[in-house]
Amino acid sequence: MTDLPAHGAHPPGFAHQFENMQQQREASSLGMWVFLVTEILFFGGMFTAYIVYRLLHYESFVTGSHLLEVKFGATNTYVLIASSLTMALAIRSAQTGKRKGQIIFWLILTMFFGALFLGLKFTFEWRHDYIEHIMPGFGFQYRPEWGSLGPEVQMFMCFYFFMTGLHALHMIVGLGILTVLVIMTARNKFSPEYYAPLEISGLYWHFVDIVWIFLFALLYLIGGRY
Amino acid sequence: MSEHSEITGHAVHVVPVRTYLLVFFALMAGTALTTAVAYIDLGRWNTVVALAIAVTKMTLVILFFMHVKYATGLTRIVILCGFFWLAIMVALTLSDELTRVWEINPSGWNALFPLVSRLF
Repeated sequence: MTDLPAHGAHPPGFAHQFENMQQQREASSLGMWVFLVTEILFFGGMFTAYIVYRLLHYESFVTGSHLLEVKFGATNTYVLIASSLTMALAIRSAQTGKRKGQIIFWLILTMFFGALFLGLKFTFEWRHDYIEHIMPGFGFQYRPEWGSLGPEVQMFMCFYFFMTGLHALHMIVGLGILTVLVIMTARNKFSPEYYAPLEISGLYWHFVDIVWIFLFALLYLIGGRY
Repeated sequence: MSEHSEITGHAVHVVPVRTYLLVFFALMAGTALTTAVAYIDLGRWNTVVALAIAVTKMTLVILFFMHVKYATGLTRIVILCGFFWLAIMVALTLSDELTRVWEINPSGWNALFPLVSRLF
C-alpha cells in the first residue's frame, strides 16, 4: 500500500485501476462508443426495414412523405444542430476550467433546444398529423387521391411515427441525463482533469443529432418536393 | 504544469471555439442546402444528393463535436466496425429481398393434402 500515491496527489475522479487520466478518458470514451455502436444497430434495424419497404413500395413512400411538412422537419434540424453546438461548448467550458456557472449555462441552453425540438414535434407536427388524419391508430383516414396505395401510405406513416418516436424517446432520455449533469456541475464534480460524464453524455447527444439528420433526409425529402 | 505528467498523461486536446462555430455553420448550411435541393428536380439523384449531404453532416459531427478527429485508433476502429455491421445487415437483407421471386405454392405440396386426409 505504501507505494500508492496519497489520495490528494492525484486529480479528483481518478480511478486507481488506470495508469493515468489520459488512459481513463480514452477508456470511458471507448466504452461509450461501444454502447453507441449497439445504438447504431438498434436504429439500424428500423433503417433496414425502411430501406426494404421503400424499395418495395416507392410510390406509396413518396405519397406518404409529401404528407409531412418540410418546414417542421427543417426547423427541428436547425434546433438540434444548435443544441449540439451548445453541448460541445459545455464540454469545452469544463475542459478549460471555466466557472461552473458557464458550464451550467451551456447545459441549460442545450436542454432548452432539446425541449424546443420536442415541443415543436409534439405540439405542432404530431398535432398537425392528428388533425390531418394521418396518424395511424388515431383516426387514420385513406384519401381518395391515394387510390390503391392507401394501406402502404399508412405503413409509411407507421415508419415515420416509430422512427421519429424512438428518436424522441432518446431525446427525452437525453434531457434526463442533462438534468443530472447540471446537478453534478453545481456540486463541483467536474474539473479540467475529470469531466467524463460530460464527455460521454455529449457523445450520446451528438449521436441522437446524427440520427435526426438521417431521419430528416429519409422521411421528409423522399422523391423531392418539386 | 507540464504537458505530460505521470498522473495526467497527455493533455486534453481542446477544440478551438472557432472550429466549433465553423462546423456549426457548415451543418446549418448543409441543412439549408439539402432542403433547397429537394425542390429541384434531379430525378434519381435527389436521393443521392440528400444522402451525400447527410453523410457529410454526420462526418462533421463525429469528427469535431464527438472529438473522434483527436481519438485513438482503437476508438476509430470500433466506430468503423459499427457502420460495417450496419452495412452487413442492410446488404444481406437486400440480397434476400431483391433476389426473391414470389411464386404460388408448388402444386405438388397442395396435392398432398387430400392424400393425407384419406389416410385418417
